[in-house]
Amino acid sequence: MTDLIAQVGLGHWLGLSAASFAVGLAGVLIRRNVIVVLMCLELMLNAVNMTLVAFSRAQGDLHGQVAVFFSIAVAAAEVAVGLVIVILLHRRRRSVETDDFRSLRN
Amino acid sequence: MDGILFWTLGGLLLAFSVSVVASRNPVHCAGSMIAAFLVTAALYVTLDAYLIAILQVLVYAGAVMVLFLFVIMLLDLRAGETRRVGWAPLGIAGAVAVLAAIAVRGIGPALGLAPASLADGIEGTTEALASTLFTDYVVPFEIVSVLLLGAILGAVVLAAREDEAS
Repeated sequence: MTDLIAQVGLGHWLGLSAASFAVGLAGVLIRRNVIVVLMCLELMLNAVNMTLVAFSRAQGDLHGQVAVFFSIAVAAAEVAVGLVIVILLHRRRRSVETDDFRSLRN
Repeated sequence: MDGILFWTLGGLLLAFSVSVVASRNPVHCAGSMIAAFLVTAALYVTLDAYLIAILQVLVYAGAVMVLFLFVIMLLDLRAGETRRVGWAPLGIAGAVAVLAAIAVRGIGPALGLAPASLADGIEGTTEALASTLFTDYVVPFEIVSVLLLGAILGAVVLAAREDEAS
């Protein structure tokens, strides 16, 4: 048991990533503010990036970190466009709560 | 030493993540988010991924979160959510998170994926990463630059359109 705590292996990193991803997923599911939902999406991306870096370290292969580099660039682009969409939604509906966006329902 | 750093930083990361999900005020969410990203950068340093750690601080904790804060201020969301966030789903989500962590911890070694230690890894210095990036990934790198340009133009066009109409 002390070995499990002192010796940090790949499994520990995967566990931490899974927990962080699950927290982000919970945020996406239960929060109603669109901006906070976007933030929780970033949290999930962050967790996956950590998995890639941990695998890269474990395999002794830098390609995983290159993938994280591209992931960060794409996430930045996604946030820029996503936040503009939030601003447009706020202009139309005077709200950023997901419950108020139901024009596609039925 | 490695273990202490991992458990401290990992605990901090999860605490800040839960704080992002649980805070009523979006500005507090953004603050917790910045802290979570900085802790993640520190975790990357413990994995010897130095360039990724710096990029995490510059791009995520810097640029992306400033953008988020900018929009929160612009839309004036200080009042917080008008409808209550249920605490029962949050409890269930926390339980799922713990179970997922335990499951991955249990499955990892069974798959033969988990070495006992990550000590003999590689160092993600700028030099090492750049030589990989600019030999094997030149075309994707250029495509990403075009993607970023497209995102900038798209953001400007989308945000400007309504002002012209009105």
